[in-house]
Amino acid sequence: MKSRTAATPFALWMGIFTVVPMAIVVWFAFTDETGAFTMANIAQIWQYAGTYVDSIWMGALATVICLVLAYPVALSISRKSENMQRTMVMIVMLPMWMNFLLRTYAWMSLLENNGLINQFLRWLGVIGADASLEMINTDGAIVLGMVYNFLPFMILPLYSVMAKLDNRVIEAAQDLGSNNWQVFRRVILPLSAPGIVSGVTMVFVPAVSTFVISKLLGGSKYMMIGDVIETMFVGDGCNYNVGAALSLVLMVLMLLCMSMMRKVDNGEDELGGMMA
Amino acid sequence: MNEKKIIELRDIAVSFDGEPVLKNLNLSISDGEFVTLLGPSGCGKTTTLRIIAGFITPDSGDVFFDGKRVNDLPAYKRTVNTIFQRYALFPHLNVYENVAFGMRVQKKSNQEIEETVTKMLELVNLKGFEKRSVAKLSGGQQQRVAIARALANNPRVLLLDEPLAALDLKLRKDMQTELKNIQKSLGISFIYVTHDQEEALSMSDTVVVMDNGVIQQIGTPQDIYNEPQNAFVADFIGESNILDGVMLEDYLVEFFGRKFSCLDAGFEKNEPVDVVIRPEDIDIVEPVKGHLTGLVTNVTFKGVHYDTIVDFKGFKWLIQTTDYYPEGSTIGIVLNPEDIHIMKKSAYSGMFGDYSSYSEEFDELGDAVAAAEAEEEAEE
Ligand SMILES: Nc1ncnc2c1ncn2[C@@H]1O[C@H](COP(=O)(O)OP(=O)(O)OP(=O)(O)O)[C@@H](O)[C@H]1O
Ligand SMILES: [Mg+2]
Repeated sequence: MKSRTAATPFALWMGIFTVVPMAIVVWFAFTDETGAFTMANIAQIWQYAGTYVDSIWMGALATVICLVLAYPVALSISRKSENMQRTMVMIVMLPMWMNFLLRTYAWMSLLENNGLINQFLRWLGVIGADASLEMINTDGAIVLGMVYNFLPFMILPLYSVMAKLDNRVIEAAQDLGSNNWQVFRRVILPLSAPGIVSGVTMVFVPAVSTFVISKLLGGSKYMMIGDVIETMFVGDGCNYNVGAALSLVLMVLMLLCMSMMRKVDNGEDELGGMMA
Repeated sequence: MNEKKIIELRDIAVSFDGEPVLKNLNLSISDGEFVTLLGPSGCGKTTTLRIIAGFITPDSGDVFFDGKRVNDLPAYKRTVNTIFQRYALFPHLNVYENVAFGMRVQKKSNQEIEETVTKMLELVNLKGFEKRSVAKLSGGQQQRVAIARALANNPRVLLLDEPLAALDLKLRKDMQTELKNIQKSLGISFIYVTHDQEEALSMSDTVVVMDNGVIQQIGTPQDIYNEPQNAFVADFIGESNILDGVMLEDYLVEFFGRKFSCLDAGFEKNEPVDVVIRPEDIDIVEPVKGHLTGLVTNVTFKGVHYDTIVDFKGFKWLIQTTDYYPEGSTIGIVLNPEDIHIMKKSAYSGMFGDYSSYSEEFDELGDAVAAAEAEEEAEE
């Protein structure tokens, strides 16, 4: 049958890149060094509860900021002429072509106590000659790094959904008496919901589990869950089993967050429909 | 229908990218009138509707509603509603919410909304479809949702942009009757766009024939058919044999070297004119009794009649007859004064009305229609 042959590559792909790695993670999470079954790894996780909460909080904050910044940008790109759209999308993608580490190091040198921003402020006389604004190694720096690095991942899915938005549907809404705000509220926003969902997923997931950004911009003061997991796999105190358990729990937590968001999104659709 | 003008377009001109699309357009629509804009693809019908709806501001000229100039009134404040060429239903809302949309925007009470939606869905025969997703409806059903959605807003004027173009013939006929009934029972004005002349003639109080951004003729369906003002109208509405003639005096015209009496007057002496003879008006007689004799060169069975192409001195006529005359036979024709329509010469003279290329012309038309339909389907 046609559908079966078409599904074969997908099944293969799933097997190699999803099922097998997942199985390995699960196996490590529930065994000890000798390979015997244990719940000890999972039980240990409690001590990292605070780190989980911090990571999810910062990831969520970065995601919301990305959404607020990206939405108007994506909308305005999608309403331009086709040539203009192509150019603008290119510009949005441009930073992504630069190495991720390089971009983050660049922020480091900007935010440092003797970095460019502080030097500039001193030169302006806004702060004293040997004072410095504390920017590096703060929550803010980490969130900034996340927003900067992941913003394109929010803009692109939003844009691609919005670009498909049929202008005639917008005109139909105007024709039926909607002013600009009502057109946005009743047509553009609900129709761009799929873009919001995938944009949020694409930003939230890597943001929560990042370790490079927190390490470079947060210093040693801030450990995100990604950093903890990293220490379990590299260096002296490494423990693959605990690392796998940490990853598994992180994954479950993120799935929970995403499904909660989807519920809110669906609920809002219905609400939008019901509300006068 | 009464004589009160509800909409007036005065000296409207529109260009896109320097290309004039509407030129000097004047049109007025009465309260309760069914007006049809008829013309070939690209002649500016949709553009005219969009000016009335408020989506395009004309480069020059004025739009009046109830005598008030509304050029700068945005679309959402106008008391007209549109049924778009491709329905443009809201894909995220079900049938009920699509119809309720306009009333929700106006913050009507839930009870009033429910009453109106129920009434509208009954009107368009979609009771019981409230909860359906619009994406899963057939073309005809989507069409009816679009009608209900527009009517639920209680418009004074409904604009319909080729609303039936995507439907099959049978459904199209049914919907034509339905739309006409709706218009009569609500007593509101319809401005209806189509390029189907039969649809235009059968539904309208007034037909506006357009070509190339210019109104060619405004009149009742009978006027348009019986008294076409130029060769374009004569050719576009129904079939026409269009010949060069000379108006010798009032009620007397000469063509093919022969004098015929006719019912037209008011031309200059010996003024060159276009003579229109409808294919169904021609009486076939024995060759000796005919005003003209010709040779049958092609016969096509059309169901009710035969399309018979007859060569008169090198000029090919289309004659529609219920009798069969085989290819190669010689026939005579008789033209009575009421069969002959005289038109002033126009820019369109000589462009239409000769059936020399009969079969190819029809094949081409058929292909163009098929291609257009395939394109529409691909778009869906
Ligand atoms: N937004 C636009 N930009 C540029 N040209 C346009 C635009 N809208 C319409 N035109 C041009 O204006 C002309 C008239 O278009 P319009 O849509 O009014 O035609 P129409 O009579 O509705 O044709 P159809 O029967 O194919 O729908 C066409 O040549 C079209 O290409
Ligand atoms: Mg059109």
